[in-house]
Amino acid sequence: MQISFTLNGKPTTVDVEPFMLATELLREHLGLTGTHIGCDTSQCGACVVHVDGASVKSCTLLAPMLDGISLLTVEGLQGPKGSNLLHPMQEAFREHHGLQCGFCTPGMLMTAVALAAGKPSLSETEVRHGLEGNICRCTGYQNIVNAVIAGAAAMHVAAET
Amino acid sequence: MSNVIGIGASPKRKEDQRFLTGRGNYVSDIKRPGMTAGVFVRSPHGHAVLRGIDKTAALAAPGVVAVLTGEDVATDGLGSLPCGWGISGKDGQPMKEPPFPMLAQGKVRFVGDMVAFVIAETPEQASVAAELLEVDYEPLPSVTGVLDAVAPGAPQLFDDVPSNICCDWELGNKAAVETAFRKAAHVAKLSLVNNRLIGNPMEPRAAIAEYEPGTGRYTLWTTSQFPHVVRFLMSALVLKIPEHKVRVVAPDVGGGFGVKQFHYGEEAVITWAAKRVMRPIKWVASRSEGYLSDRHGRDHVTEAELALDETGKFLALRVNTLANIGGYLSTFGPNIPTNLYAPLLGGVYTTPAIYCNVKVVFTNTVPVDAYRGAGRPEATFVVERLVDVAAAEMGIDRVAIRRRNMIPKEAYPYQTPVLVEYDSGDPVGCLDGALIAGDVENFGERKAASARKGKFRGLGFSTYVEACGLAPSRFAGRLGARGGLYESATVRVHPAGQVTVLIGTHSHGQGHETTFAQIVCEKLGVPFENVDIVFGDTDRVQFGMGTYGSRSLVVGGAALSKAADKVILKGKKIAAHLLEAGEQDIQFEAGKFSVAGTDRNKTIEEIAVAAYVPHNYPLEVLEPGLEEQAYYDPINFTYPGGCHIAEVEVDPETGTVTLVGYTAVDDVGTVINPMIVEGQLHGGIVQGVGQALYENAVYDETSGQLLSGSLMDYCLPRADHMPTMSISTHATLCTHTPMGVKGCGEVGTIGSPAAVINAVVDALAHLGVTHVDMPATSNRIWRLIQNASVPIAAE
Ligand code: FES
Ligand code: FES
Repeated sequence: MQISFTLNGKPTTVDVEPFMLATELLREHLGLTGTHIGCDTSQCGACVVHVDGASVKSCTLLAPMLDGISLLTVEGLQGPKGSNLLHPMQEAFREHHGLQCGFCTPGMLMTAVALAAGKPSLSETEVRHGLEGNICRCTGYQNIVNAVIAGAAAMHVAAET
Repeated sequence: MSNVIGIGASPKRKEDQRFLTGRGNYVSDIKRPGMTAGVFVRSPHGHAVLRGIDKTAALAAPGVVAVLTGEDVATDGLGSLPCGWGISGKDGQPMKEPPFPMLAQGKVRFVGDMVAFVIAETPEQASVAAELLEVDYEPLPSVTGVLDAVAPGAPQLFDDVPSNICCDWELGNKAAVETAFRKAAHVAKLSLVNNRLIGNPMEPRAAIAEYEPGTGRYTLWTTSQFPHVVRFLMSALVLKIPEHKVRVVAPDVGGGFGVKQFHYGEEAVITWAAKRVMRPIKWVASRSEGYLSDRHGRDHVTEAELALDETGKFLALRVNTLANIGGYLSTFGPNIPTNLYAPLLGGVYTTPAIYCNVKVVFTNTVPVDAYRGAGRPEATFVVERLVDVAAAEMGIDRVAIRRRNMIPKEAYPYQTPVLVEYDSGDPVGCLDGALIAGDVENFGERKAASARKGKFRGLGFSTYVEACGLAPSRFAGRLGARGGLYESATVRVHPAGQVTVLIGTHSHGQGHETTFAQIVCEKLGVPFENVDIVFGDTDRVQFGMGTYGSRSLVVGGAALSKAADKVILKGKKIAAHLLEAGEQDIQFEAGKFSVAGTDRNKTIEEIAVAAYVPHNYPLEVLEPGLEEQAYYDPINFTYPGGCHIAEVEVDPETGTVTLVGYTAVDDVGTVINPMIVEGQLHGGIVQGVGQALYENAVYDETSGQLLSGSLMDYCLPRADHMPTMSISTHATLCTHTPMGVKGCGEVGTIGSPAAVINAVVDALAHLGVTHVDMPATSNRIWRLIQNASVPIAAE
């Protein structure tokens, strides 16, 4: 079957099988390998993407469900328009050493960006709760938490300027 | 010169750009033309005779390319998976070493043991066909725990391994220990279990293999911590292909923690199969498959006793351990509970006599091998729990008893009674630092505040030492290593002065691209952005032993530093010629070769140009080019150590333990990049906290089924399980590594389990609780509280 959706800002039309997973569509058919698969029980959060702005574990989505929606993957995160810079959340992860092996990072970033939407000042407790669905085995979370707090603040400064 | 970032700086990591933008290149991201998909069929039984496999239905399924079994392996005359360490028992006899076939032959010995490999056009087709494979098993009774495995009448895994004992091993002076115990004023005893763990790097294991008929070469992309070792073991011992015909690539790897440092059967099978089907094959494990096939860690049952004099001075330590090694011997398997465990039982103390007996035991479980810390967390747990037990029984303060027995800074180098000689350290300094950082002085107030809320608060200490920088080949050889453990590095200065480093270690999160570049910057004075670190590809890098045991900076960094010194030496010769001075008068500093006492100089860029464009160059005495290689084999292990303090709050209503504070002061020697070191410590500590409070691999004793077989049943720490940690370093410099580094990758995991459990026991001590086995789950703690010998008093 054919579906049409907006992928990282670009209108996209693809043929999909009824039981194809969104992760498979992205990784195998559309070449977007930034969305990672870390588990088979929807526990790890490595596959988080945005569906119409909300963070969703893409391993729980069937490809046909993407029809008509707007999908954002880590490849679509962007810095200020027209710049080659990183998104403020990506910048904050780099600045605060919020990643080591990088495997959980795309999912962490997508969760973090959604968490920060509309909330310029996130508390440590809010961030730790907000990251409940994402596992990182490398960083011990402390630097991720710092990064998300800083990234949230930076996103709002960027939005205001 | 611009942007020279040296030792001690914390530049942002070079690797982050690609990881942050989704442009990492992990094995599962790679596609090859004409690629097929492979699926492993794994045993559903813990123990069974493999009576036969009928491939007919599977072969007839749509898209199937081939189905391979142990019989095909045997027909092709392939070797079995090698064990890299050969240890000997106390009777001098070598360990029992039954073959570990790459696909099961005759019998299966754990749930997950590989029985067949199915190759099809797509992963779905391969999975469907795998379901159709008819495997005739005759189930046998399983045994999964060490106590059961050595009991009379237990099911026996191998005909020639009576009582399932692979090796009955010992270390230390038994007679001296017995004498000391007879003189002791007090003996503290403890029985404990060190729980079985599953490493769970976030990237599941994966491999792609390809055979090129034109050249007869194989390429294997694999999620490995040591691609060169995989190439060596697989080519020389398993598949028997000349090594130069095999290329192993470990690209971006999403975490390892030891789990990815073994040569796995999947790697050998897929490489062999790629030639059989003449097509590239890809296999990507699911997380659940990882639980059944990634090597597990820990799993000890231990009886330990500490003899003390009336002042609380340690006189002797005696430890008897049964170590579960699983169904077969994995690459480092027998080395972990023996050589990496018993020599660390000295801890940071002056205990004069130590004896340790380890029985390495086969069971119907996934093979056990190195997991972050490997042997050393187990040793630390024994010692640090036992010290607390002794302190409580003798009524001595836990800090005071530690301090009284610690090796003083001035006593280093310190020879322990169990093989190892610590070159440097300052346990008292680390303890003092941690007492202040952890605000131990005011713990009483915090405990009282918890009590007012009806909660029990506890404080736990762990002072530890580890042996890392896994190398000294001569020493390792005496202990049974079947390979060398040195490292190699090449420093290639390009004609325009940029530098490529080829190194045999492998980075899978540790940030080598940044740390190693800093070493080059510091040594050669070139800009940070002009240095690239290359690793993980046996066709590009000459040789290497990979990354595990905190060896990368210690051994690899030293090789790199040596190679850079050679570059400087050659540069001086070139400069002497160009500047018309004596070689002995040339000085090198901050990227410039100059004639001593003058302002005449040449930059390293100018020297590089001269080396590659040898128009004015002493060709009679010097080769063109500026590239040097070094191998480094250290003389000793390095000995990081430190003091960790955990603070917990226990809710008596639910038994839930909450970690409310964590302080660590670690001595990791010279710190090259403080930001990266701190990150390593954070990650390590949380893995240790995971063992102490949440993680546990559980087998059903009779069926041999792994009950914690997915992330739903195996609890990994998440962000809201952790408080903010206070981390600092207190460096004494390693006396034998070139930069004074000691390694930092595992210290957190080694120090933390004992600190957390000591805190939990402290919180419950008023109920008469003297020990808690890991993980201290709510259920376990709630039961302890319910069964407490002292009733809960209203406070
Ligand atoms: S892949 Fe683990 S939650 Fe989606
Ligand atoms: S950085 Fe490795 S899993 Fe998070």
